[in-house]
Amino acid sequence: MTTISVKVEFSGGLELLFSNQRTHTVELPAIISETSKGPDLQYLIEYLRDNLLKERVELFVENNTVRPGILVLVNDTDWELEGEGEYVLKNNDEIVFISTLHGG
Amino acid sequence: MAPRTCTLCENAKAMLKRPKTGQQICRDCFFYVFETEVHNTITQAKLFQAGDKVAIGASGGKDSTVLAHVMKTLNERYNYGLELFLLSIDEGITGYRDDSLETVKRNQQQYDMPLKILSYDELYGWTMDAIVSQVGRKNNCTFCGVFRRQALDRGAAMLNVDHIVTGHNADDIAETVLMNIMRGDIARLGRCTALCTQGEDTIKRSKPFKYAYEKEIVMYAYFKKLDYFSTECIYSPDAYRGHARVFLKELEAARPSAIIDIIHSGETFEVREEVKATQRLQQTCKRCGYISSNDLCKACTLLEGLERGMAKSGITDRGRKQLEAQGPAPDNLRTIPPFQLPSGNPSIAIEAAP
Repeated sequence: MTTISVKVEFSGGLELLFSNQRTHTVELPAIISETSKGPDLQYLIEYLRDNLLKERVELFVENNTVRPGILVLVNDTDWELEGEGEYVLKNNDEIVFISTLHGG
Repeated sequence: MAPRTCTLCENAKAMLKRPKTGQQICRDCFFYVFETEVHNTITQAKLFQAGDKVAIGASGGKDSTVLAHVMKTLNERYNYGLELFLLSIDEGITGYRDDSLETVKRNQQQYDMPLKILSYDELYGWTMDAIVSQVGRKNNCTFCGVFRRQALDRGAAMLNVDHIVTGHNADDIAETVLMNIMRGDIARLGRCTALCTQGEDTIKRSKPFKYAYEKEIVMYAYFKKLDYFSTECIYSPDAYRGHARVFLKELEAARPSAIIDIIHSGETFEVREEVKATQRLQQTCKRCGYISSNDLCKACTLLEGLERGMAKSGITDRGRKQLEAQGPAPDNLRTIPPFQLPSGNPSIAIEAAP
C-alpha cells in the first residue's frame, strides 16, 4: 500500500488547538522519498503542525519537537521507550498527545 | 527498538519511563510504586490519625481528582481510618470554574464522598470575573490565591475537619521554590517546601503529592481512565508562575531529576539568624481573626481595596498610599465574617452522596 493510517488523539486541552476534535485519523505516505523509510513520529508532528493545527503553533511545538510538558504515547506506551521522534509509524498505530500544562 | 520488559517485575512489557528514577516499568508496577510512594510520604510524616476528618481540596482538575482517588484507595488498603470529604471553591470564573465544578460533582458520585462547595461570592461578595473587571489581568492571580486559601480554611472549619489535603505536586512546589528565589522572598522560601503546615490558628494542611511528578499524575489518570477537567484558567496566561513553569519544564527535559533536586535545595535552605530576626511575627487579623503578618490580613486588605474602588491598594505601595490618603475605612464597609477554628460541631449539614 502507498499510505498508512494512524489514529491521533489529543487531550489535556490540546484538542482546542485542533478544531476542538479529540480524535483524528491521519493518512501518511508509506515511504518518505527523502529518507526511503516510513514516516516517523517527528514526521507526524510536523505534519500535524502544518496541516491540522488551527492556531497557536507555539502551544504544540517548540524547537521542532513537541513543547515540554506534552506527553506522547504510542499504543499506550511512553514514547521515551520507543525512540521518541525516531519511532517509525506502522499502519493502525494509535498516538496520544496529552498536555499537562493546566491547573490541577 | 525492541520492546522492553519491566525492570521491577521482569514480566510484563514496560509502558512508562519514570522521570524520577529513569526506570522502565509496566502499568501495574507503576500503579503500585506511585501509590506506595504517596503512602510512604504520608506514614513517614505521620500526617494522620485514625478518626481524622480530612477535606480534599477538589477543583475537578487532574491533581485533585487523582488525589481523591489515591486517598480513597490508600485509606481502604491500609486502614487509615479517615473520613474523607471533597471541598471545592467556586471563584466565579464563567466558562472555567462552572465546568470544572461539574467534574467535581461527578467525582462525588464516583468516589462516594460528601461534597461542599463554597463560593467567593457568598464569602467575599466578589466573583473573580468582577475582580478582574476592576483589577485587570495582571495582578488578579494574587487576589484569587489569597481568597482561595482563606476560603479553604473557612470551608474546612464549617465542615469541622481536622486536616486539609491539596493536590500540589512536585512540579508545583519546585516552581514555587524558583519563584521565591527569583523574587527574593525569604519568608515564603522557608515555608513553601513544608509537607504539612499548621499554625496555632489554622487547620493543618498537607500536600501528599509533594514528591509526585506531574507527568506521573497525568499517566496515572490516563491509565486508570479517571475523569478530570483540563483547561487553563482564562485569567492566568500572564501570571508570574508561567515563567517559572516554562523554565522548569526545560530543566526537566534536560535532567528529569531536577524537579526533586530543586525541592531538596529549597528544603535545605537555611536563613541566617540576623535575617530571621527581621521577619514579621504572625498575629491575627484585627478585622476577621484569620492569621496575618500585619494588623489586617491580606484578604481583608485586598477586599477593602475592592470595596473602596482602589483595587491596587493591596498590591502596590503607591496604591496603598493612595488608599491611606483617603482616610480610614467607612463603618459600613463589607468585611469578611469572623473566622473560627473548628469547634467540634459542624455548622453545616453535609448530605452524603446518594
